[in-house]
Amino acid sequence: MTFRVRVLVRLRPSVYDPQGEAIRKAIAADPRLSAESVRQGKMFDLAVKADSPSEAKTRAEEIASRVLANPVLEDYSVQVLLD
Amino acid sequence: MARFAVLVFPGTNCEGDVLHAIEAVTGQPAALVWHKEGSLDGFDAAVVPGGFAHGDYLRAGGLARFSPVMEPLIRMAESGRAVAGICNGFQILQEAGLLPGAMLRNVSLSYVCRDVRLRVEANSSPLTCGLAPGTTLRMPVGHAEGNFRADDDILEALEADEQVIFRYCDDGGEASDEANPNGSRNNIAGVRNARGNVAALMPHPDRAYEEALGGVDGRRLFESLHRFTES
Repeated sequence: MTFRVRVLVRLRPSVYDPQGEAIRKAIAADPRLSAESVRQGKMFDLAVKADSPSEAKTRAEEIASRVLANPVLEDYSVQVLLD
Repeated sequence: MARFAVLVFPGTNCEGDVLHAIEAVTGQPAALVWHKEGSLDGFDAAVVPGGFAHGDYLRAGGLARFSPVMEPLIRMAESGRAVAGICNGFQILQEAGLLPGAMLRNVSLSYVCRDVRLRVEANSSPLTCGLAPGTTLRMPVGHAEGNFRADDDILEALEADEQVIFRYCDDGGEASDEANPNGSRNNIAGVRNARGNVAALMPHPDRAYEEALGGVDGRRLFESLHRFTES
């Protein structure tokens, strides 16, 4: 079976995010809007062949840790999309 | 005689400058090596030049480490031969796990393209073995992701082990905030690995090796690299 798996990659909380901060300031430039903080990340949707959702998740986690995220800077989370 | 490999990935754009700089400064032969090559046999040293390898897709340098040439490059590093990176080459060596840390977007969010001054911190690397610590050099940077980042414990270990080889400094040699073009922690512009045979920097010695380019300080790094291959 093929499962759709969504991987979110984001900067670790301790890492300053200059892009997120620039976006926060842009939001604040509109007097009707405000956000206390903005953190920018990346989203990947994978189609993964596996026998079960848990196996699909394991495979996607390996892809995330080896390719999609740089552990020096980033964390990731993996979610199997069931619809 | 030393033979230098200059690696070329799709999107690399400084290979011609590096090739010519090596030949002009050291008088040694150098050859371009396409990223699909599976061997670096016959080379004594390798340089990973600047540019936008694989379009900087995913992350700067993030996809280059999956190119076939990286396997022999890692073996070359493991054998103790010299491996050097410049700019995007620095990011590639970090992503390949050959050098510590990672690069964030510049704090300014701008692509920074200007001359900077560097202070040599340690001569225990292929890029600095011919330079006295404290020496300052001028050469250009050109990057959007040069903001060196490592966790506190890693950073402390790098400093304690003298793995920081270059720091951005002002004309007086002080590593001040004003002299830091990208927000790098501890003004780090270049590092080496623990063994001392892999090193890289963000500034471009390949854009400062003859007077016509506006400066010659970059020659010192290529002279060091040559010297390292003879040691």
